[in-house]
Amino acid sequence: MSPHREIPLLSGRRISKRFGTFTANDDINFDIHEGEIHALLGENGAGKSTFVKLVYGLLSPDNGQFLWHGTPVDISSPQAARDMGIGMVFQHFSLFDVLSVAENIQLALPAGLSLREVKERVITVSAEYGMTLSPDARVGDLSVGEQQRVEILRCLLQDPSLLILDEPTSVLTPQEAEQLFAVLRRLRDDGCAILFISHKLDEIKALTSKATILRSGKKVVTCDSASTSAKELAELMVGAALDNSMRTPPVSHSEADSLFCLDQVSRPAATPFATGLKDISLSVTHGEILGIAGIAGNGQTELMEVLSGEAIGDAIVGNVMLDGVSITELGPDMRRQKGMRCVPEERNGHGAIVNMSLSENALLTASHESDNVSASGLVSWAKCRALSRKIVGSYDVRTPHQDPVAGSLSGGNLQKFLIGREMMSRPRLLIVAQPTWGVDIGAAQAIRAAMRHLLEDGAAIIIISQDLEELLVMSHRICVLNQGQLSDPLPTRDVTAESIGLMMGGMANAVVERAV
Amino acid sequence: MIRLSPRQNVSPNHLLLVPVLSVLLSICLGGMIFAALGYNALEALYQFFVAPLLRPDQIGNLFVKACPLIIIGTGLVFCYRANIWNIGAEGQLIFGALGAGWIALYLPESWHFMMLPLMILGGMIGGALLAAVPAFLKTRFQTNEILVSLMLTYVAGLVIDWLVRGPWRDPLSFGFPLTPYYPDAALIGKLSLPVIGKLGQLHWGILIAVGISALGWFILSLTLAGFRVRVSGDAPRAARFAGFSPTIVTFSVLLVSGALAGLAGMVEVSANIGQLQPHISFGYGFTAIIVAFLARLNPAAVILAALIVALSELGGDSAQIAMGIPKVVTGVFKGILLFMLLAGETITRYELSLDMRMISRKMSKGDADV
Repeated sequence: MSPHREIPLLSGRRISKRFGTFTANDDINFDIHEGEIHALLGENGAGKSTFVKLVYGLLSPDNGQFLWHGTPVDISSPQAARDMGIGMVFQHFSLFDVLSVAENIQLALPAGLSLREVKERVITVSAEYGMTLSPDARVGDLSVGEQQRVEILRCLLQDPSLLILDEPTSVLTPQEAEQLFAVLRRLRDDGCAILFISHKLDEIKALTSKATILRSGKKVVTCDSASTSAKELAELMVGAALDNSMRTPPVSHSEADSLFCLDQVSRPAATPFATGLKDISLSVTHGEILGIAGIAGNGQTELMEVLSGEAIGDAIVGNVMLDGVSITELGPDMRRQKGMRCVPEERNGHGAIVNMSLSENALLTASHESDNVSASGLVSWAKCRALSRKIVGSYDVRTPHQDPVAGSLSGGNLQKFLIGREMMSRPRLLIVAQPTWGVDIGAAQAIRAAMRHLLEDGAAIIIISQDLEELLVMSHRICVLNQGQLSDPLPTRDVTAESIGLMMGGMANAVVERAV
Repeated sequence: MIRLSPRQNVSPNHLLLVPVLSVLLSICLGGMIFAALGYNALEALYQFFVAPLLRPDQIGNLFVKACPLIIIGTGLVFCYRANIWNIGAEGQLIFGALGAGWIALYLPESWHFMMLPLMILGGMIGGALLAAVPAFLKTRFQTNEILVSLMLTYVAGLVIDWLVRGPWRDPLSFGFPLTPYYPDAALIGKLSLPVIGKLGQLHWGILIAVGISALGWFILSLTLAGFRVRVSGDAPRAARFAGFSPTIVTFSVLLVSGALAGLAGMVEVSANIGQLQPHISFGYGFTAIIVAFLARLNPAAVILAALIVALSELGGDSAQIAMGIPKVVTGVFKGILLFMLLAGETITRYELSLDMRMISRKMSKGDADV
């Protein structure tokens, strides 16, 4: 271990960063030592990504000072950060698919190294850390886990003394994550400091020695992650005691008649970056919540478009049925008239028009209602304003003033508005992606309660989410979307986080066999 | 990098003050240019801004000039709000003039009591037909409407050239490329105002123009159709999510702007020329693009924007005639004036900041973000 153990490798003193009126980081003090794996823990929107961007020189702090080996430094750019010995692996990779592993790495290194030398170093360093990687493989042919190794290797070849990983496991299966952890532990033993961002508590317990917890931009505490229980960490993270007994009560209506179903729906990938859907069948009945889990990019967006009706006109095979009648050819507005409502994952520019007022956004999915638009096509803006006020009031949306533009709301408040907009019409079928994304715990509980309340009228709900805990708490049945294919649903009571993880990694059969 | 970020609060004082400052700045700059070229700067500016407004008949002519700009500009506002870039209003204007001209020249005399309504209809259909081409190609084959509509402008120019030299030429025109004069029923009369009487060449087409601008504002802000147009342009994915068909929106805005450009062509010929000739427009279809943006894509503001642009054109003419300032110089000054107004408008709404960090990052980007 380092002889300078008492002087931290990197310290942040009273670091603050504001975006407009929003304070992303507020007066944060932080230390990380050599040979330490340090977790940065917090909910979505807690300020984790902002903080590491400050460390990596992608942003500069409004207030505060970083110290490197105890000396004040100004990290003005990623280049400066790399020169100091800070490396970063982003959540989204920046690799060229058509180039080989070695070529991708050569691009990031100082000029002058021949491809042959790079290949040799790739082989030695990847062997040293137990990462199997062929330098000649085309990056586009690699799995996500392997691509991440290329990113890590690229950092390692520059001999970093601090490695930052932004939610590295969000794209990995549990098995791939375990392999990553082995690499990180070996790096730690070599004296490298690792700053590891995550909101997965089990990983943090398994891997890290220290954890700094952020909540709403403020540091809550830095604690010893080994001796703090996962439950305590979770409570520190969300700021309230978790109530795990909040499961949705079982279906009260008859399960026989299905309200909505997809019958062997396939949709080819529209672009090379989209995911095609293959043979998807699902059904929900009155009073039921169906959860669809899966890692982002496995066809969630494409499935949502099929469900909402936005994909009509595309080459869709199969049938979408509501009340036993095919609605495959109906557009979103026609489906809405039949009592179907959707909340897409992307708020800005999809669920909401950022540059328009809340009343205009209220009209977006309510233009078929005669209250708001007369038969001759005249819009009653007074009625739309009243509707938007009602949504704002009922769902506790915090607005800077009366009827502001949607873009001036914070992410969580806009999410509350969009959910409220669709729930306000008391739909028979609600399809929602990431229902509580970015909202605080109190609002999340209010949204969940409102969704359960819908069930009492015999409505059905489909939740598409990456948040496993939410799916486990909310749904009656869960299935997993993996590479455009949907697994058979399992009753939630038979499902554990581990088995879902296996299914996300494309091992659905193993789980079903175990369940049977 | 220079960065523009929207201002949180735009004060109403700024909204008034900035255009005034813009005009003052362009006057200073223009004055310097005129002086540097050896002209009397004060007199040049007088010719530009005051001379065209001195006599009532000149004010009438200002409105005559603004009339087609208002009609076309309103239509273009619809297109641009929907993010559809119709650059071919000039061609649509010509096709509108042809549609109306065909009726004017060939309608049987017993139908003359219906002449103007039919010409208006013919003009709008003519313009809409030409605009339907980019609409169809864009929705069916995803072609670029900028290219298609612009190219069709040259097609339209050749079609009118052929018609006035060939099939529609007046046999008594001594070989000039002109159609016969329109019958009286096909002409738009001069407007006689109460008290003032006639104002130069001012004709009642201006009432159509003002009505269209008002109707455009009404549709865009108060109807569902207008809302669909705005959402489609602002957030196409949200429009699809709402169930607004992009095909229908693309067709409607192109047909509306084509029809209005066609109407402007009809009005221009019937009120000012009285017959078809190879050149019937002073580039109104292109100038109206500037008008639409100067009006900040607000149909109600199109009238004011058209008057400003018309004044700069007439001022240029008067400076050329009275002082012999070359056309290119008056053109430069016109450009400065419009640029200043648009730039002033931009800095009223957006904050300008020089981001040195972004520059240094851009420079090191070579290996930073590979």
